[in-house]
Amino acid sequence: MTAETPLIGDHTAPETSPLAGARIGVVTFPGTLDDRDAARAVRLGGGTPVPLWHAEDALHGVDAVILPGGFSYGDYLRAGAIARFAPVMNTIITEAGAVAGSPLPVLGICNGFQILTEAHLLPGSMIKNDHLKFTCRDQVLRVENTETAWTSQFTQNELITVPMKNQDGQYVVDDATLHALEDQGRVVFRYVGASPNGSKNDIAGVTNERGNVVGLMPHPEHAVEAGYGPDDATGLRDGTDGLTIFTSVVSSLTGGNA
Amino acid sequence: MPTIVVEVMPKPEILDPQGKAIANALPHLGFTGFSSVRQGKRFELTVDGEVTEELLESARTAAAEMLSNPVIEDVVSVTVAEDL
Repeated sequence: MTAETPLIGDHTAPETSPLAGARIGVVTFPGTLDDRDAARAVRLGGGTPVPLWHAEDALHGVDAVILPGGFSYGDYLRAGAIARFAPVMNTIITEAGAVAGSPLPVLGICNGFQILTEAHLLPGSMIKNDHLKFTCRDQVLRVENTETAWTSQFTQNELITVPMKNQDGQYVVDDATLHALEDQGRVVFRYVGASPNGSKNDIAGVTNERGNVVGLMPHPEHAVEAGYGPDDATGLRDGTDGLTIFTSVVSSLTGGNA
Repeated sequence: MPTIVVEVMPKPEILDPQGKAIANALPHLGFTGFSSVRQGKRFELTVDGEVTEELLESARTAAAEMLSNPVIEDVVSVTVAEDL
């Protein structure tokens, strides 16, 4: 698959893929940085990425949505606070919270996670890292919930390594909500090793009650292709642990082994 | 122009890393009398004409729903300043 995939540029999936039916929207806000990487990860995961624009309320019939990383609106006011009011978010909030049928699967990465908390689709919020420095490192995470559409192909408590890069990465939440998250198994990803940012209970990512909305601070979309990911046992930059996020959602949407 | 001033502070129970960094830096300039610092935000909402109770109420709503995030911040005041 990788040999036929251009490294940059066109990220339109070939329609010949048997799983190309899974159409996954990737939203671009002003200041978004990682939309191309997320779209590429979707394609490497077997799906069809569909670019979505912040100023349109249409989701163009996508089966799932990714809010990628970056600095939407320059992090003005609070990280994600302005993006949360974009027209595309109105539709995403409605469809992700749909009571009837299957709610829209939504993944927020880094700034996307911050947008999801500002939109109240996920609990808690992010404040500046406790050490005040911008963090850029490969981070080990433990996958603690494999019931979501985005994590169904991980094994319980699997350890993965993906890059992390942020300044406002410290997850905070009130005690009552924290206990509810822990009791209901809604901590999806947890930092392993020394805390990188002071997050409550070392939480790196959480899900909502129905499990369709997932947010995490680290970047799985930067660990999807050998040669361009974190170092791992097989070689320098060969880590592709993040790819399972994208194969999971494609598999879930196309009725695979979710 | 009358202005509605909204002040927002991090919740007391939330760590304020920025305030902590400022507190640590103050002694470098000889300011040794301050034991801690908390950093908040001040918003100035300019009004064309009179500040009605209705406008003030919508400022309070904006403060609660957009200018602050209730998970991490408190709106500490919404006041009218006549001459800014």
